[in-house]
Amino acid sequence: MATDAPPPSKEQHRLPSTEEFAEVQQSAEFGELRRSFRSFAFPLTIAFVAWYLLYVLLSNYAGDFMGARLFGNINVALVLGLAQFVTTFLIAWWYSRHAAAKLDPKAEAIKTRMEGGA
Amino acid sequence: MNLATTATTLAANEASQHRPLIISLFAVFVVATLGITVWAGRQTKDAADFYAGGRQFSAFQNGLAVSGDYMSAASFLGIAGAIAIFGYDGFLYSIGFLVAWLVALLLVAEPLRNSGRYTMGDVLAYRMRQRPVRTAAGTSTIVVSIFYLLAQMAGAGVLVSLLLGITSDAGKILIVALVGVLMIVYVSIGGMKGTTWVQMVKAVLLIGGTLLITFLVLLKFDFNISDLLGTAAENSGKGAAFLEPGLQYGATGTSKLDFISLGIALVLGTAGLPHILIRFYTVPNAKAARKSVNWAIGIIGAFYLMTIALGFGAAALISQKEIIESNPSGNTAAPLLALHIGGVDSAWGAILLATISAVAFATILAVVAGLTLASSSSFAHDIYANVIRRGQATEKEEMRAARWATVFIGVVSIALGALARDLNVAGLVALAFAVAASANLPTILYSLFWKRFTTQGALWSIYGGLIVAVGLVLFSPVVSGDPKAMFPDVDFAWFPLKNPGIISIPFGFLMGWLGTTLSKEEPDTGKYAELEVRSLTGTGAH
Repeated sequence: MATDAPPPSKEQHRLPSTEEFAEVQQSAEFGELRRSFRSFAFPLTIAFVAWYLLYVLLSNYAGDFMGARLFGNINVALVLGLAQFVTTFLIAWWYSRHAAAKLDPKAEAIKTRMEGGA
Repeated sequence: MNLATTATTLAANEASQHRPLIISLFAVFVVATLGITVWAGRQTKDAADFYAGGRQFSAFQNGLAVSGDYMSAASFLGIAGAIAIFGYDGFLYSIGFLVAWLVALLLVAEPLRNSGRYTMGDVLAYRMRQRPVRTAAGTSTIVVSIFYLLAQMAGAGVLVSLLLGITSDAGKILIVALVGVLMIVYVSIGGMKGTTWVQMVKAVLLIGGTLLITFLVLLKFDFNISDLLGTAAENSGKGAAFLEPGLQYGATGTSKLDFISLGIALVLGTAGLPHILIRFYTVPNAKAARKSVNWAIGIIGAFYLMTIALGFGAAALISQKEIIESNPSGNTAAPLLALHIGGVDSAWGAILLATISAVAFATILAVVAGLTLASSSSFAHDIYANVIRRGQATEKEEMRAARWATVFIGVVSIALGALARDLNVAGLVALAFAVAASANLPTILYSLFWKRFTTQGALWSIYGGLIVAVGLVLFSPVVSGDPKAMFPDVDFAWFPLKNPGIISIPFGFLMGWLGTTLSKEEPDTGKYAELEVRSLTGTGAH
């Protein structure tokens, strides 16, 4: 299986100067990249950690609810546990889609410009 | 001699009748992986080869290797055992170990790949004073890895006592020593390239073996999962409670807190495990790092789903007594399940037992190699090259230091391995997760995302998290004051929880914040600009 990118060249890329980095960090373009990364990743992290903790707390303190049988020997606890699997897969997919659509093009543009030197 | 002991001895006898088969399977794996190692060693020329496998692996290859690095004896032997004994409570491990990957995916993998070179210390020290922060990062890398190694060594001892009927301490120590020597060879000769290939082979074997057993278990119950669970509940003697949370942790308020503590440690630990983090350096860029995490989430998720079949299957088909008498923490439930599903007195049962044991052995070797590589690279790159030699060491000298560190760490873990053999392997790994989440994760997140973070903050969060996590473990029932403790005959356990995460993780975060707000030096804003732009764009990434 191949990745999308060619292997990195052995020679060093031109590393921009400290001033260039500082300038880019202050730029509107980078600000937008940072915002679209943070405003997606941070709330989502809080959300899945909260959802996971809710599950842990329910396991601890809501025994009757978790033990309720839905069908056969399948109870709420098992279904909620499996739901954690499902949400993990979904979030991974969702983040990757967001990154490919919203983050990669911006990051690539900045990187190309900085390494190309100007 | 009671029934259970008879059965276990039978297992050992069956195994010993087929000892040539078992030994050949082990030998095939060892010879094949040594071949890979020698081949990889020939291609290992510079430091980027040794530490990062030349950064040429594809996202899929790395995803497979990440899975091989992550699904340890804890997952395979430990979780199956925990479910087999405690039912549903054991399943928490599977869930926590998986959900944790989202932290790595969303917050850590890509920025780390973009801004580091070889070790976790590269990122932590990026904008800080190099020597103190690298010393701290190296220390915590080695401590976390040794905790984790301990668990793998315990797993190796368990396997061998079951398989070869060796119960003597000398026999167990011999096998632990063999594992130690192999890992020294893999890592010092093959470097990251060799280790990566060993992990890929192991991941395929582990998934294959688990699929086979899962299929056979489900076949026995006509693919009716409800039936499987029902039989497990009945056979466990605990009824419906076996399928509900609470059997292991529900007894008292303290044990419930322990459950929360474990849950937090699991979900926050993964993204702070150095042996996992350095795997992201083996791919060409951050996009490939992201894709390898996605592959890993798929593979690991599938595997953890199958732990339901392994654990409840063992509970359904084997008596509780036999599981517990074979190993007090249930660590042998998976191999025992293989034996029972094939038929206890049949050759087929023995073949399955041998196969699954060989898979477990491969699992242990691959993880142990990854851990050794992480700690020896951190020693060589962070401590030797950047602290002792102040950045003046040549690549050759650095690699030589890494090889010597490998030998040293191998010897240390052989020595420690013998102490931990009766603890549940999954529980031991959870401690490594707690230490990683307390010392490493806060520092990584602050370094990447908090502009004001300073050297003092980094040192306080690493050492604060590390000392409190390890200290609380030392005074917990894991080490003393419990029949299953490392030192059961003494009692200096004043901390009631087995997992320190609920205290030590917030403490690590708090110390990072406190150290920063109280520090007299100004943060290096220029370096932060560099780190932030690099971490999000990959500019200047190696």
